[in-house]
Amino acid sequence: MDSHTLAAQTAETPHLELGHPPFLRHHFENVAQQREAATFGMWLFLLTEIMFFGGLFCAYLIFRNWYYPAFVAGSHSLHIWAGTLNTTLLIISSFTMAMAVHAAETRNRKPLLRWMILTIILGCGFLCVKAYEWHDEWVEHHVPGLNFSPVGFEHGTKAYPDDKLAPDMAEKTQVYFSLYFAMTGMHALHMIIGISLLIFLLIRARGGAYTAGHIAPIENFGLYWHFVDIVWIFLFPLLYLISRHQ
Amino acid sequence: MAPSHSSDAPHHQHLHIEPSEPTHHEEHIVSPKVYMVIGACLLVLTASTTAISYVDLGSFNAVVALAIACIKMSLVVLFFMHIKYSSRLTMLTVAAGFFTFLVLITMTMTDYISRAWGRW
Repeated sequence: MDSHTLAAQTAETPHLELGHPPFLRHHFENVAQQREAATFGMWLFLLTEIMFFGGLFCAYLIFRNWYYPAFVAGSHSLHIWAGTLNTTLLIISSFTMAMAVHAAETRNRKPLLRWMILTIILGCGFLCVKAYEWHDEWVEHHVPGLNFSPVGFEHGTKAYPDDKLAPDMAEKTQVYFSLYFAMTGMHALHMIIGISLLIFLLIRARGGAYTAGHIAPIENFGLYWHFVDIVWIFLFPLLYLISRHQ
Repeated sequence: MAPSHSSDAPHHQHLHIEPSEPTHHEEHIVSPKVYMVIGACLLVLTASTTAISYVDLGSFNAVVALAIACIKMSLVVLFFMHIKYSSRLTMLTVAAGFFTFLVLITMTMTDYISRAWGRW
């Protein structure tokens, strides 16, 4: 037993004397009830998140219908390889997070730490690719409000020479890029919050906090991480794929 | 209710007391094999959605891409997020949330497409 666990147990001795594990809060009857309540609460939070991103998706669908040629041209300017690479990174990171939950459930400290570190690395990899794409959009003058120029969309691009929009429709590519930056930006913010939480959990997991039966924080963080993955699973086709042939 | 019936109640309850009634579902640990199979399925679906986007299907490109995204979401929710193995309360919470979300989207879209009805 390492010093961390020992220190934690000394501080929680009154709980042990009461005949229940130290992580059981006194307003719950048993560990199963506490875990069920935590899962229920986490899902309620995730449902508010679904409504939040759902509003953005809804706005995207309506504006895409409204300024269709501008949205198609805007979508053509994204790199499909970057979107595919990022989807792959996030799916693998969801897998490593699921394995981290499994390691916590089977009380294996070392594998838990390993899977958490892998998840952090994959999450950072996703953000690096995203940063590369945003930099590319900055260079191309595709950032509304900061350095936007519709000129490129009036003359067609190398990959899509037929993308010649009328000046008023070329202006409307700003709506596409506003929604693009709002949605990928909010998603990236969720990733940054997720990675920060994961680092915090990793530090606590080193002391064995989640491999002695108390797995709710790891499990609920897993739910959050998978939710962020699901948001990207929908962002990827909507932003990158569906307008390719239009 | 007639008072004569109430005297039966304690007797009735007494008959149905069980020594250890499980109030919560059994702990279920999903095996790494399941995670691996689901992860592989998700990667295959990602590869196919990207590949299909290179084929010109007209307006069906969007339908196919979103259908694949829905399948991927279901796999993540059911297996990675353990809903397949969760309690009824959790399942009902998730189902109710998605249903409410669909209602909101449908109502918004219905309003949007019918605003200029007949003036196309």
